Amino acid sequence: MNRSILLAAVCASALVAAPAASAKTLIFCSEGSPENFYPGVNTTGTSFDGAEPIYNRIVEFERGGTKVVPGLAEKWTISEDGKVYTFNLRRGVKWHSTSRSFKPTRDFNADDILFSIERQWKEEHPYFKVTSSNHSYFADMGMPKLLKSVEKVDDYTVKITLNQPEAPFLSDLAMPFAAIQSKEYADAMLKARTPEKIDQDPIGTGPFYLLQYQKDAVIRYRAFPAFWGGKAKIDDLIYSITPDASVRWAKLQKNECHVMPYPNPADLDAIRKDPNVQIMEQAGLNVGYLAFQTTKKPFDDVRVRKAISMAIDKKAIIDAVYLSSGVAAKNPIPPSQWSYNDSVKDDPLDPAAAKKLLAEAGYPNGLETDLWAMPVQRPYNPNARRIAELMQADLAKIGVKAAIKSFEWGEYRKRLQEGEHQMGMLGWTGDNGDPDNFLHTLLGCDSAKSASGANIAKFCHKPFDDLVVKAKTVSDQAERTRLYEQAQVIFKEQAPWFTIAHAVQLKPMRRNVIDFKLSPFGRHIFYGVDIKE
Amino acid sequence: MLRFILTRVSLVVPTFIGITLLVFVLIRLIPGDPIETMAGERGIDPVRHEQMRKEYGFDQPVLVQYGYYLARLVRGDLGRSIVTHEPVISEFTTLFPATVELGVCAMLFALCFGLPAGIVAAVRRNSIFDHGVMGVALTGYSMPIFWWGLLLILLFSVQLGLTPVSGRIAVQYFIEPVTGFLLIDTIIAGDWGAFRSALSHLILPMIVLGTVPLAVIARMTRSAMLEVLGEDYIRTARAKGLPTFRVIAIHALRNALIPVVTVIGLQVGVLFTGAILTETIFSWPGVGKWLIEGINRRDYPVLQGGTLMIGAIVMIVNLLVDVAYGLINPRIRHTR
Repeated sequence: MNRSILLAAVCASALVAAPAASAKTLIFCSEGSPENFYPGVNTTGTSFDGAEPIYNRIVEFERGGTKVVPGLAEKWTISEDGKVYTFNLRRGVKWHSTSRSFKPTRDFNADDILFSIERQWKEEHPYFKVTSSNHSYFADMGMPKLLKSVEKVDDYTVKITLNQPEAPFLSDLAMPFAAIQSKEYADAMLKARTPEKIDQDPIGTGPFYLLQYQKDAVIRYRAFPAFWGGKAKIDDLIYSITPDASVRWAKLQKNECHVMPYPNPADLDAIRKDPNVQIMEQAGLNVGYLAFQTTKKPFDDVRVRKAISMAIDKKAIIDAVYLSSGVAAKNPIPPSQWSYNDSVKDDPLDPAAAKKLLAEAGYPNGLETDLWAMPVQRPYNPNARRIAELMQADLAKIGVKAAIKSFEWGEYRKRLQEGEHQMGMLGWTGDNGDPDNFLHTLLGCDSAKSASGANIAKFCHKPFDDLVVKAKTVSDQAERTRLYEQAQVIFKEQAPWFTIAHAVQLKPMRRNVIDFKLSPFGRHIFYGVDIKE
Repeated sequence: MLRFILTRVSLVVPTFIGITLLVFVLIRLIPGDPIETMAGERGIDPVRHEQMRKEYGFDQPVLVQYGYYLARLVRGDLGRSIVTHEPVISEFTTLFPATVELGVCAMLFALCFGLPAGIVAAVRRNSIFDHGVMGVALTGYSMPIFWWGLLLILLFSVQLGLTPVSGRIAVQYFIEPVTGFLLIDTIIAGDWGAFRSALSHLILPMIVLGTVPLAVIARMTRSAMLEVLGEDYIRTARAKGLPTFRVIAIHALRNALIPVVTVIGLQVGVLFTGAILTETIFSWPGVGKWLIEGINRRDYPVLQGGTLMIGAIVMIVNLLVDVAYGLINPRIRHTR
């Protein structure tokens, strides 16, 4: 693969003769290599970042936000019953012409939309198994069950019909997995019996085209002059792959890169003191929590859940473990998520009241429980083991003896989903910027009933579920906000989780980087970014 | 000599089969399922989980999987990465030159400094130089690679600004890989700026990776030389009035080299181990970093293929070392 991309790159560079040194170049010290350049089968943020400059989707998230804005579709209409979406596609959108094996002869049109969706949806599609049949996000977002038909009305109109109304559908289409690929390229490669080429030597309609990829070393992109949104402000975009956080920081200091993700918390003080560097920060679209297994004793009793929530010193956890990279969580959705209910009051730290509640629940002498801690660092939880120790000490003060347990990461998550635990830590990072992706996915009854569902509290509370299920079918955002706000009130009353924190996204960059916007999803988007010479 | 080589080669074949089995079984003993690991917080539907297990052949008994693996191996097929879906052999061959380039330079660095240091320390036994060299060697041997690498970056790259922080070449150079060895490719391309850049990027990782072998070689050379220098034939050579340099370089060193060559052979394995960490710190795009990622993602084909290839290379190097004994000391050929 690398060789073919490289050869394509050499051809491309021969065509575009401008030397890199004279062009405006932005270097991003990325944290790893992408899995490949087809986001339909990818699962990691690193891979999505790798494909991001190349592709567009039908609709996009606005830069730095979760609002859905036009992408390859200029506008759209939704039927009264919320089941039929009609997209009017943008005309004159050019494909990159940098592939060594293919030159596009036509602009983007409806056939490309149908191809890109059907490739992930229909098992009999010739491209379903190309690269991988594991279209993970397409399946996880419920697309196979949700889609009824995808039809081409004409070259620039596509009609998508759903089996049931689904308010977050547009947001789903703005996710990386829904990237649009060229059907003409796919047909040509199928004919040449090298279908995998469309993923290995990718072309898209995005603001940059791929120039070179050297695994674990570098990814080079060049601004696509014919991009429908206008040429990018920078000429060259380089991902300098640097897995170690301290080394990324050293490179940023030395001006060997302009932007770096995921700084080491220990380096933050030094980063803040560097006059050439600025840090952008934003509470991420994530939540770290301790889930109570609500179908098991003693946590089937809301008083016990409340007592535990009132016994744990959240501030101490954030100060000691998150350092300056976390904010206390009181709701299951982060403050940057629309419909966040700020009027909800968090449970106070009150060990005496907690003890009283436990006694009322029939545990005057305390109780014994397990306390599961993740074996790995996650974006929403830097050190679960340390947090578990702090919780254990707090709980001991009210007579609760918590035994810390941990397993290998895959096994840990599987057992939690099967409900084997009593108390267990986990978290979530939002996929599509819709509250449904937290409230229904993590706390709805459907998910609680499934052994593979993400509702590890096994929380199934009808008044709550009615609200979040209804909110899925309503397309009016004000109405949905009202429903989700109510759901958050019920959540707090029922306390299926002790909400720990929302990790803050920190992005150190050189001061000459202009107009970089933090993506709530943690993506790195360089279209629109400029460099001061 | 031919018989000697054939005997050694015949031992390599069962060792190689042993490695395939060991690697295959050990990887499956690591807790964690690659499909579950890929799923993350989202989890995976049991039906889809089963489908994927079937697709990758994980639903078969381990012995059957091993049989299929061996059958593919005979045809030179190491499988495809579960994560990138690329053939393991193509990923390995793309990344391996970077590791070899770094390893060879690190070994040259270790030899250039380790051998003379060991010899001089032996000749000037109990001098300040001897104590100094041995002290430094012990420190070098005990130095955790991760810490040592970061320390050098902070000092030479960040504070003094003498060397680049990481990577293999400055990003503005766009060199077409021909051999995969950047020092050679930059010469082929005739780009001397790129050559200098590639060379300057090699300095710190070479020092970090070469430190442990340097320490081992220096210590081993010293002790082997001390032993040889006490032999009667050395005394005879001196008594004959031969110049000191000739006594040391010709009479002593050649005999002292046998254990040193053994150690050098063993250091190839150490270099591969060290390369895993060194490549991670210096963002060096070699097989070490690739294997680490393979472990984290439970990418069985990558781990199996990568470990097997490295195992085979270490075996071949050790075979060459065995042959080199024969060349250095003909008695070894005859006695075995």
